[in-house]
Amino acid sequence: MTDTTLNPAAVAPAKVVRRDIGLKRRYAAERRFKIYGITAIAIGLFFLVALLYSVISNGYTAFWQTEVSLSVKLDEKVIDPTNKRATDPTVLLTANYPILVRNALAEKLGVSLDDKPAIRELSKLVSDGSRSQLRELVSGNPALIGTTQNLWVLTGGDIDSAFKGQIDLSVDQANRKVSDRQVAWMNTLAKEGAMAQRFNSGLFTFGASSRPETSGLGVALIGSLYMMLIVLCLSLPIGVAASIYLEEYAKKSRLTDIIEVNINNLAAVPSIVFGLLGLAVFINFFGLPRSASLVGGLVLTLMTLPTIIIATRAALRAVPPSIRSAALGIGASKTQMVFHHVLPLAAPGILTGTIIGLAHALGETAPLLLIGMVAFVANYPVTPLDPSTALPVQIYMWANEAERAFVERTSGAIIVLLLFLAVMNIGAIILRRRFERRW
Amino acid sequence: MNLMTERSLEKAVNDKMSAQVNTIKMQGKDVTVHYGEKQALFGVSLDVPEKMVTALIGPSGCGKSTFLRSLNRMNDTIEGCKIGGKITLDDEDIYNPKIDVVELRARVGMVFQKPNPFPKSIFENVAYGPRIHGLAKNRHELEEIVEKSLRRASLFDEVKDRLHEAGTGLSGGQQQRLCIARAIAVSPEVILMDEPCSALDPIATAKVEELIDELRQNYTIVIVTHSMQQAARVSQRTAMFHLGNLVEVGDTEMMFTNPTEKRTQDYITGRFG
Repeated sequence: MTDTTLNPAAVAPAKVVRRDIGLKRRYAAERRFKIYGITAIAIGLFFLVALLYSVISNGYTAFWQTEVSLSVKLDEKVIDPTNKRATDPTVLLTANYPILVRNALAEKLGVSLDDKPAIRELSKLVSDGSRSQLRELVSGNPALIGTTQNLWVLTGGDIDSAFKGQIDLSVDQANRKVSDRQVAWMNTLAKEGAMAQRFNSGLFTFGASSRPETSGLGVALIGSLYMMLIVLCLSLPIGVAASIYLEEYAKKSRLTDIIEVNINNLAAVPSIVFGLLGLAVFINFFGLPRSASLVGGLVLTLMTLPTIIIATRAALRAVPPSIRSAALGIGASKTQMVFHHVLPLAAPGILTGTIIGLAHALGETAPLLLIGMVAFVANYPVTPLDPSTALPVQIYMWANEAERAFVERTSGAIIVLLLFLAVMNIGAIILRRRFERRW
Repeated sequence: MNLMTERSLEKAVNDKMSAQVNTIKMQGKDVTVHYGEKQALFGVSLDVPEKMVTALIGPSGCGKSTFLRSLNRMNDTIEGCKIGGKITLDDEDIYNPKIDVVELRARVGMVFQKPNPFPKSIFENVAYGPRIHGLAKNRHELEEIVEKSLRRASLFDEVKDRLHEAGTGLSGGQQQRLCIARAIAVSPEVILMDEPCSALDPIATAKVEELIDELRQNYTIVIVTHSMQQAARVSQRTAMFHLGNLVEVGDTEMMFTNPTEKRTQDYITGRFG
């Protein structure tokens, strides 16, 4: 080697020939890979946008509900004709409130009470839900009887859809749910400002109902809240304890290998199987009530446990061994090492895994169908043992309804569910960013 | 350079004087260590004299770290690790089932190769050991222990204004001295150091070496090192390991000037390793 370089003949040619080291090919490969990546992201984004667009464009109207403003005369002759309300409390509960609303509407539109067909069509303008609205008002304050109250009353579901322009009015009136006369009244009221869209608080407070305008997510929200609390309170401590034992204390053996494989398998078990398990064990064997959020919570706990265990073990394993050695080296016991050093460092990872597990559980539907949470529940569940539904199940039930107003409610409920999921996932990201430590 | 030789000369004189008075603090007898199927140590017998620095040298994988880690049973944490023979601390078998490993590690502290402060404040790093062992009755005593330990590790003046800032924010050399302060905060009798300077630059190394020399007055120190110069500078006794065996052990001065074994000479002069 040295001989040749020293040879003047070999040094003489000054022209340097650049070697071909395949730079062009390498850069082309890099560009190609970048294009693949961008395409993949673009496809993903396209479908996300398409999904969000279809849900939001269908669902945003569910957050507004058409109501009509009426001066309702709380006539004593109608509410309590025999004047027995002081002794018989059922009088106020069973009074014929819809008549009061109908009369108020007839008066407002100038329709004669003797025109029976017109009155029948007129009464369909307002929702039957006005009955419970007036009942609550009057039984809450019986002194109002005899006075005239200005109230916003819900319109019927079809009128609501027509007012939102969701019903094609060019079709012959025999083939649509809203008659020409009703449309005319609707327009009169709208012109006077007596009919308008107002924020639909009922969507969050009402329970199940066969009328779209009085059905809401109230029961489902409470049911989901109970279930999330049960899942959190059970799966977090159980999952973390199991992971700490497996990761820090258990000696590697055939048994721990089997447990490890089974935990991973459990995470992949279809959720409907957990539903069957819950049905067999919690309802048939332990005799817990059907449709109860307690059972739902227990089933979802079983489903969430493997996720939390896997996330926790990964977080524990990510704590550098040097920290463990440091703690043991100054005489910390194993438990002190775990609880003073390893667990605090693993906490962000554990919390992130837990939140993602909870978000997963929040959206889970199939196991809840099997334990009877797909039920018509009109009253709020007071305890987790009372019948209730859950957000995704409510979506499933509404999706089966035919009325146009239920279609928008289905999408509205999806928006609510997605918002919850987004909040939880963003929370997980913030936690991770905030508490993540770098070494 | 001149300064260095002067210092080591002075040290050599000291060493000769101390070598005769010191008693045996720790003793290994026919220590064997297996990691699963693989045997890492083949019957090592080594005495660690009190209040002296004993250096363990030898090429990579020769078993010096393994021996060091068996002195405070850190090897227990490695799965499949089996230890044979006998290791004593003040004539007490440390592998006796009656000996509590937590208490042992409070008596035999350890400093690791890579500085590994807890991701907590400087104060908390040093205070953790005294706190779990209940060495301080109140906050005031704890603060005293922390200050004393940081002073002994010659770190106090550099960090006194930021005791409550993260220990991980210090420079590498400061972190390692923090780890030494953390180890001496629990008042151990023996400090084991596993290549404490291998991750440090020469200036930080010089500071840590100076510190080791000072600590020798109060503590028995065993140090594993890859650097011959470091062994020569800081230790009074040197043990040479090779392939899981103890090749030779003796006063550092003698080992470096007149080794009896050819392998030691070859290693020290850089012919292998």
